[in-house]
Amino acid sequence: MRWSKAWIVARIDLRRLVLSRDYWVPLLVLSGIFFVFMPAVLLSVVTVDRDLDIVNQISDVLESLPGAIQDNLVGDSPRARGAYALAVYLIAPIAIVVPLTISSAVAASSIVGERERGTGEFLAHSPLTEREIYVGKIIASLIPGYVAALGGFGVYALIVNLRVGPLFGGWFFPTTGWWPIILGSYAVSSGVVVDPTMGALVFGVVAWLLAGFGLARGSRVLRRDTLLGVGIETR
Amino acid sequence: MTNAMAPVAIELEQVTRSFGEVRAVDRLDLAIPAGSVAVLLGPNGAGKTTTVRLLTGALSADAGRIGVLGLNPAVDGEELRSRCGVVPPKPALYDQLSGEENLRFAAEIYGRPREAIHDAAARFGIDHALHLKVGGYSTGMRTRLALARAVLHEPDVLLLDEPTAGLDPESSRAVLDLIRELAGRGRTIVMCTHLLHEAEGIADQVVLMGAGRARAAGRPDALAGKYLTEPIVVIDAEDRSLLEPLTTRPGVVSATWNGALHLRVESLAVLPDLVAHAVAGGARLTRVEPQAATLETLYFEMQRRLRDETRRREESRPAERDSR
Repeated sequence: MRWSKAWIVARIDLRRLVLSRDYWVPLLVLSGIFFVFMPAVLLSVVTVDRDLDIVNQISDVLESLPGAIQDNLVGDSPRARGAYALAVYLIAPIAIVVPLTISSAVAASSIVGERERGTGEFLAHSPLTEREIYVGKIIASLIPGYVAALGGFGVYALIVNLRVGPLFGGWFFPTTGWWPIILGSYAVSSGVVVDPTMGALVFGVVAWLLAGFGLARGSRVLRRDTLLGVGIETR
Repeated sequence: MTNAMAPVAIELEQVTRSFGEVRAVDRLDLAIPAGSVAVLLGPNGAGKTTTVRLLTGALSADAGRIGVLGLNPAVDGEELRSRCGVVPPKPALYDQLSGEENLRFAAEIYGRPREAIHDAAARFGIDHALHLKVGGYSTGMRTRLALARAVLHEPDVLLLDEPTAGLDPESSRAVLDLIRELAGRGRTIVMCTHLLHEAEGIADQVVLMGAGRARAAGRPDALAGKYLTEPIVVIDAEDRSLLEPLTTRPGVVSATWNGALHLRVESLAVLPDLVAHAVAGGARLTRVEPQAATLETLYFEMQRRLRDETRRREESRPAERDSR
């Protein structure tokens, strides 16, 4: 496979996405909800609200979390522990759905869209191999998700440090455990919901293997005639 | 344009391709010499588009042998496709991108330098609009851009699937002139169309397709000589009912009403007798025209034969069942 040719396919798809308002407006809204609006509201409620009832309720919820997570909670007061749990373990993992959602939407519309718009006919008659087309499409679907996730996570970290940081004497997020997740993958981060220690890594590796198997299988399933225009069944 | 001794550039032997229960291409045989223009002519559903897709390997054949430039699309697909240029029925352009971006995409895929973009666009008179988004292009501009993209890499074989569909007569003529020019440069061109007048002046070889098969193939004049042995005379009158007795006159083979009375006759020698008979019957004739053997008459003759053949086959089925 020629990676340079796959990258040509990816680049043209990315260019089309950048020019398509129908695509990036929902992307901004989705990222804004998960990385800005939701954390800002929830963390403000915990750190600013003078009513201790809500803090007590969060403390009750924390007691139902796995022991491994409870051991890792930091803070010298119920409010600090509640804010820490929200910032590090509850809200942040939810954000992993952003790259998943964005990448899935892009990948689905990319290959099916080529066929529906009739543009796939050009690719089908081109000298590109099916694998080069497939890999190009996958790259184009992963990049926006990861860029949105990394950018959004940066904004999220800023909000957490500004709202919760004062309870811990300064900036503390991302915590040590989050760095491999950020630098690694959202597949690994899916493990952190279950267990923030070694289990996360094992879970993540399994998730990666499954994803890799799916991608390899997908590259074999994509055939040139998949890209041809609608109506071929009736000709 | 064509050379009888030229090697065969495209060859199909007993090629079949089905979609479900529909046989789109049915034991198709075809041989197109290098450097010639072949026009695949037929109604919608005749199998023209499927044939083009089979030639590049975009679709694989269920049975039969395909050879293009000596290559097998199923085995040498990448190499073969790099030597073919295709204009699909829909131009397959990215609307959000500019004309230049669309061409640049193709240039990168085919490994062509950027200068080739402007050369190809200029050749088809679309270079002035390269900075505009394709979504705002007219149908004619889209076709020109698709043609420019198809020749960007100087292909040996050009496959044009209804390149003038949706164009006004002026744009259509311009596109046909461009195709003639490309043919003059020695390209092997296969053009699909159901517009007979387009094929008339451009084809070295006409392939009349119907129900996925090549019903007839050859030079237009040779085909006319072979299949149109009985001339057609078109006769019209102020009162058409007075022409009815002509349909049973000696020398008349068959008669059809198609705006006027079309008589297939054994020879043009019967024409004076027909005119005299009509006038004697009180008809005031407005048109008497021996029809030249055009591709149009040939096409409709082939369609008539195909219909007759289908009808005979269907009629013979109950008889076959009864005999069992």
